[in-house]
Amino acid sequence: MSWLRANLFSSWPNAVLTLLALALLWRMLPAFVDWAFLDAIWSAPDSKACRAAKGEGACWAFIAEKHRFILFGTYPYEEHWRPALCILVMLALYAVSALRRFWQPRLVLFWLAGLVAVGVLMWGGVFGLSYVENERWGGLMLTLLLATFGIAFAFPLAIPLALGRRSQLPVVRGFCVGYIELIRGVPLISLLFMASVMLPLFLPAGVTIDKLLRAQIAMILFAAAYLAEVVRGGLQAIPHGQVEAADALGLSYWKKTALVVLPQALRIAIPPLVNTFIAFFKDTSLVLIIGLFDLLTTIKVSLQEPAWTGFGVEAYVFASIVYFVFCFTMSRYSQGLERDLSRQPRPGAKAGALRDA
Amino acid sequence: MPDETIIELQGVNKWFGAFQALKNIDLKVARGEKIVVCGPSGSGKSTMIRVINRLEAHQSGRVLVDGTELTDDLHAVETIRSEVGMVFQQFNLFPHLTALENLTLAPVWVRKMPRREAEELALQLLARVRIPEQAHKYPAQLSGGQQQRVAIARALAMRPKIMLFDEPTSALDPEMIKEVLDVMVELAREGMTMVVVTHEMGFARTVADRVCFMDAGEIVETAPPAEFFGAPRTERAKLFLSQILGH
Amino acid sequence: MKRGWLYQAGVLAAAGLVLWFFVSNTAQNLESRKIASGFGFLSREAGFEIGETTFLAYGAADTYLRALGVGLANTFRVALIGVVFATVLGTLIGLARLSSNWLVAKLAAVYVEVMRNIPLLVQLFFWYAIISENLPGPREALSPLPGVFLSNRGIALPVPVAHAAYGWILGALVLGIAGAIGASLWARARQAATGAQLPSGWIGLGLVLGLPLAVFHAFGAPLAWDQPELSGFNFTGGAALTPEFAALLGGLSIYTAAFIAEIVRAGVLAVDQGQFEAADSLGLPRRRAMRLVILPQALRVIVPPMTSQYLNLTKNSSLAVAIGYPDLVSIANTTMNQTGQAIEGIAIIMLVYLTISLSISAFMNWYNRRIALRGAAR
Repeated sequence: MSWLRANLFSSWPNAVLTLLALALLWRMLPAFVDWAFLDAIWSAPDSKACRAAKGEGACWAFIAEKHRFILFGTYPYEEHWRPALCILVMLALYAVSALRRFWQPRLVLFWLAGLVAVGVLMWGGVFGLSYVENERWGGLMLTLLLATFGIAFAFPLAIPLALGRRSQLPVVRGFCVGYIELIRGVPLISLLFMASVMLPLFLPAGVTIDKLLRAQIAMILFAAAYLAEVVRGGLQAIPHGQVEAADALGLSYWKKTALVVLPQALRIAIPPLVNTFIAFFKDTSLVLIIGLFDLLTTIKVSLQEPAWTGFGVEAYVFASIVYFVFCFTMSRYSQGLERDLSRQPRPGAKAGALRDA
Repeated sequence: MPDETIIELQGVNKWFGAFQALKNIDLKVARGEKIVVCGPSGSGKSTMIRVINRLEAHQSGRVLVDGTELTDDLHAVETIRSEVGMVFQQFNLFPHLTALENLTLAPVWVRKMPRREAEELALQLLARVRIPEQAHKYPAQLSGGQQQRVAIARALAMRPKIMLFDEPTSALDPEMIKEVLDVMVELAREGMTMVVVTHEMGFARTVADRVCFMDAGEIVETAPPAEFFGAPRTERAKLFLSQILGH
Repeated sequence: MKRGWLYQAGVLAAAGLVLWFFVSNTAQNLESRKIASGFGFLSREAGFEIGETTFLAYGAADTYLRALGVGLANTFRVALIGVVFATVLGTLIGLARLSSNWLVAKLAAVYVEVMRNIPLLVQLFFWYAIISENLPGPREALSPLPGVFLSNRGIALPVPVAHAAYGWILGALVLGIAGAIGASLWARARQAATGAQLPSGWIGLGLVLGLPLAVFHAFGAPLAWDQPELSGFNFTGGAALTPEFAALLGGLSIYTAAFIAEIVRAGVLAVDQGQFEAADSLGLPRRRAMRLVILPQALRVIVPPMTSQYLNLTKNSSLAVAIGYPDLVSIANTTMNQTGQAIEGIAIIMLVYLTISLSISAFMNWYNRRIALRGAAR
């Protein structure tokens, strides 16, 4: 009771706001619950029942009907266990990377193994698996693929970019600044167009590069520029005393960078790196515009079937929920991480240890 | 010493959630009196003086400042605050204003003083705390000791009847503590009513009329400095003194 | 330092080789596919219509250059209005999150978390689906306010008919603004001299609103509305917002507002608690303390990421191509498909956006330098 008074009705303006908010919720919430749950159609052999209920109840049967397409695209039906396994492998990679005790160099090996496993499973052609060309990959599987491979290759590109941007050599610095500012100043769509349309022109006649690879390259180049800025932020946050201590010990530039600067910079940069990954994950949805079948595209295409046109709201609510689950989880993780890391001993402690040694 | 009571705390209790920070505090401060409050950390010393200008609100008991009781009446609180000056441990100078502007802000906007008059007053006060040449510098350009002196001048600009100090030298480097204490000693000599939370026992001995020892939210012992330092009556006071004077 | 020069020479050489490789391949490929080069196509006839033209006149016989110009105008239209909506909405929600009212703060938090974690494209499709599928046809259009009609053909609004008085009213507005500025300057001088305070904010507001209103009434209050009217299958008259524009504007504003809310919240929280206490202890009333002490410090923290969000909103408006709003990218895409000159088209898109983003960066750097808190000069 006293909690209510303190938090909801502590003053006249507050009381009015509370009542307004409650009125708003009262009008909207029951109607939404009716539509989404109580009156909704959960499964139906065809769309007749759904059409009858249109406007009254949500047609989740649409999702149930199309769920394999939405998850795996046009991958052959009997082989669906392969993309399913790949999804699990990629989720496992994320989970392992999230645990602090795995933040060591051998994490790179995990990732390499994971990516190779995904490649083998998806393409097939070896170990008795049938070959599936990548035009048939799609759905949630493709979204995860683009995001995972994207970040995996963008990160090793971002580190030299960030270091290069702080370099004293004008040519190196110029390249890095130019690249980063160019990529960050233009919309992702233009980069996807560029990759989709211009990349084939850059290659000698006869050499082709398939659509998925073009999109993947564009995503990697895009992510690298943003990640580079985050890493640069981490580099700038290291107290100058660290670099001085390393210099005083006689470490060369590369040794100093690899052993002292980068480990600390990356640690500081992890929360914003996770935030960048969340944004990147959302950006994979743009490949719809160049015709790749990611999660959003498969959902949209499902709508175009005559039986299911007009159920756009259900479709996009479902898409929102899937993306929300992924992104919100990562965002919570990142916030928790930030709290934990800010309680850690400051980098200065390490310098002291180095000096005494 | 005039006998008129200017601050009175009667049976004041304060809780932060379930934790009781002040337990049945009774204190009377006379006009012109200098009280030094000391005690181990967490004893409630800061909370007590912040209750006096209502930066913290007490939950039971009465707090009277210059005859006015402190309640939820915002207008009365603001009037009291313009009569009571406060100096913080972290200085809390306004970083986007020069020293001079820090001093003139409240006189202009609360006492509605013409700007020229306010600036003259500000320069006088800066001269009094011995840094008139820093008038046009920003806080980040000043040393810690200088910043705290500007903070004292800023509080004095409102011509307060009472000055509260919340560990004014605890955030300073050792060589700057003296310059701030000197200003406070001068202020005391001029007859200002002061309540000072501090660990500087030398200051207490020189300036205080009474030393108030707090522990675990209670006032354990109150005595003139000679008595308190020479012959503390309670065990807790003796323990505290041995800890801070021992080394 | 000799190693440095060696590295750089090496990098330049490698870059030169790669560039030469790409350029020669491209030249070959363009030739073998009979694709033209150069920007000559800009003066050719475009041959396609554009649905919305933002006050510019355009027909299918106009040049590609003009078509792209219309696209750019459309981009600016949605970006500028979007920035205003997003800022207002975002600031309200950011402040709501800081509210001491638990319910309001939680609702705002839910809004921020939901909108930030769903891709913008999904949100755009969602709003477009709601407008085009779930709103009734023009004959059964919803009318939440008199004269405003919501249907699956878009939003129809009444607009005032132009009248001679409007010129005068505009003049009165300008006068009112000038008067408000003058009043505030005079009030400030008076305060400096005598210390007395005038509510110059209210006086200014009174002038800005009152003078135009007075002129309006002097002319006999001429307010004729051009109401949208149902004729045939759609509304005529009034102003029409297409579903594409409405969905894009709504989606962009709602999405960006969530990020702006967090920025505003961070800005207010960034001001140290001690500043509030110091202002309180001096007896400054809360409103004054806000204006003189808290807000100047909060704005320093808010403005840089805020301009970054404005830039993001402008870049994100390029998603218009996915829902059919004819912005710059959309029209450039059509142009590229028709002329086959993809390189030039993409170059135009990138050049325009780069210019916008570099201008915003330059402004930001200027602003940061101007208001940076002066630090230790030693």
